[in-house]
Amino acid sequence: MAADRLSLHLRVRHPGFELEVAEELPLEGFTAVFGPSGSGKSTLLRAVAGFETPLNGRIVWNGEVWFDAAAGVNLAPHRRPVGFMFQDGRLFPHLNVAGNLAFAYRRRQGAGPARDEVVAALDLGDLLHRRVHDLSGGERQRVALGRTLLRGPSLMLLDEPLAALDRQRKTEILPYLESVPARFRVPTLYVSHDVDEVARLADRVLVLAEGRVQTVGPTAAVMERLDLQPLTGGFEGGVLVEGRLRRHDPRLHLSHVELAGGVLATPLLERLAPGQIVRLRIRARDVALATVRPEGLSIRNVLPGELVEIVDEPETGFVEAFVRLDGEGPPTRLRARITRAAVEDLRLEPGRRVYALIKSVSFESAGPG
Amino acid sequence: MTLPDLSSLWLSLYLAAVTTVILLVLGTPLAWWLARTGSRLKPVVEAVTAMPLVLPPTVLGFYLLVVLSPDAPLGRLWVEVTGGTLTFSFAGLVLASVIYSLPFTVQPLESAFETLGRAPLEAAASLGASPTDAFVNVAAPLAARGFLTAAVLTFAHTVGEFGVVLMVGGNIPGETRVVSIAIYEYVETLRYAEAHVLAAGLLVFSFALLMAVYAINRRYPLHGR
Repeated sequence: MAADRLSLHLRVRHPGFELEVAEELPLEGFTAVFGPSGSGKSTLLRAVAGFETPLNGRIVWNGEVWFDAAAGVNLAPHRRPVGFMFQDGRLFPHLNVAGNLAFAYRRRQGAGPARDEVVAALDLGDLLHRRVHDLSGGERQRVALGRTLLRGPSLMLLDEPLAALDRQRKTEILPYLESVPARFRVPTLYVSHDVDEVARLADRVLVLAEGRVQTVGPTAAVMERLDLQPLTGGFEGGVLVEGRLRRHDPRLHLSHVELAGGVLATPLLERLAPGQIVRLRIRARDVALATVRPEGLSIRNVLPGELVEIVDEPETGFVEAFVRLDGEGPPTRLRARITRAAVEDLRLEPGRRVYALIKSVSFESAGPG
Repeated sequence: MTLPDLSSLWLSLYLAAVTTVILLVLGTPLAWWLARTGSRLKPVVEAVTAMPLVLPPTVLGFYLLVVLSPDAPLGRLWVEVTGGTLTFSFAGLVLASVIYSLPFTVQPLESAFETLGRAPLEAAASLGASPTDAFVNVAAPLAARGFLTAAVLTFAHTVGEFGVVLMVGGNIPGETRVVSIAIYEYVETLRYAEAHVLAAGLLVFSFALLMAVYAINRRYPLHGR
């Protein structure tokens, strides 16, 4: 399946703020638009939906021109095949849950998921006859997500849909959100300022700061970039790695995940089936380095690789060492936060063979099997 | 007890009903525009709309009389088209009432639409609703309280008008003699009993109507989030 393509060339000006973007975005799965508040994330999404009119530029979706200042084209929001989910849900209070869902699918022009399919996927069955006023925050967002899907959009735009929820409600709704792009085959642009959310959901990330795009790329690669740490700072230095779940070991309460660079033991992932792709987070401070394979060690995860780069952490005694693990296919990179003293003692330098000692691994999210 | 001439009462109610319907039709788009426009003309239009609130009814009535008279272009056009005059006729009363009661329709609606904001309309558009569709199926139901207030205030205010009617309509039984003028005439001719019946009836009617509106508003609070 060819990826959908969103071409964004636009400038939006508000008093004291300007957003300028020139990007060709292949969209597949979850793409996060990430940045601190006031960076222009929501403005960008609203421009795509047609709620903001850029000063100039073009917005083209798979060859279909939605906005072209020069040609005087500005497709009205209700004619753009997008589904927009708002931070506060914006359910219609004069309709009940079923009425809100019906509002969307009665106006649908093209194809889209069946009502029952959406109701089942998001567990909305028990809510259908409820008044909007009586829903909890999490339920409201679930209904809003269902309503957006029932519009049958070819592009989903989610504007911080979890920001108004507390941590527990977030955890309730995340699994539903996570399943959307794959289950309903609709690419999703997702605005968030929460690094953990982005790390869990996004396949690719576009980082915005002060109205300018800082970078676009695969989530793991973006999270790794040290120069973006002031922006991604909420995310403790580390890497995301993907691997395939091989087997469970219930006795030792472990699961084994195979990466390009070897096999990692993780805490038991009993919810998941062997064969599934899992995304793991390995924090830099949980990785130590050794120049010879250590013996008699309590750490179970020891993977060989090559030191590729050492980056100074200013004003501390620490450096970050990047290690490429051995193995076939796309290399797995780890980050290790170690002391400068250790670097000098062990004479660590790029090219050096090392063993990465991984103290702990945390589960981030699971992909399809 | 002597019963007054009740035809004036029915005429008032009929006039108020016709005026309310016309004003809801004309006032809704005007209020919608006022609530959402960023135009520099907005304060001008708002001031013109609010004029009947501050002008003495005689001033308004006087100018209406001038404009509606068969000697003026509008009045003459009306005569040519319908054969009757606008002054001292029911049609003229309706026109005068529409202008006189305009703020009572536009102001509650404008404030209801402003309270609504853009959020529900954006939501409707994002679900494929055209602007008209969004107005009919989202904005109007959400502003139902505003419509109720506008309709009741317009109706009640039209029933209660006196000065403008006297200037433009005169006192023709069954045609322009509305209840307020009938009361005035009963008082002038010292027929207090009949005046009492009509005046007390109007008092009770107004109180009951307003009471009903406030009770409904209390029972069905504004749709919030």
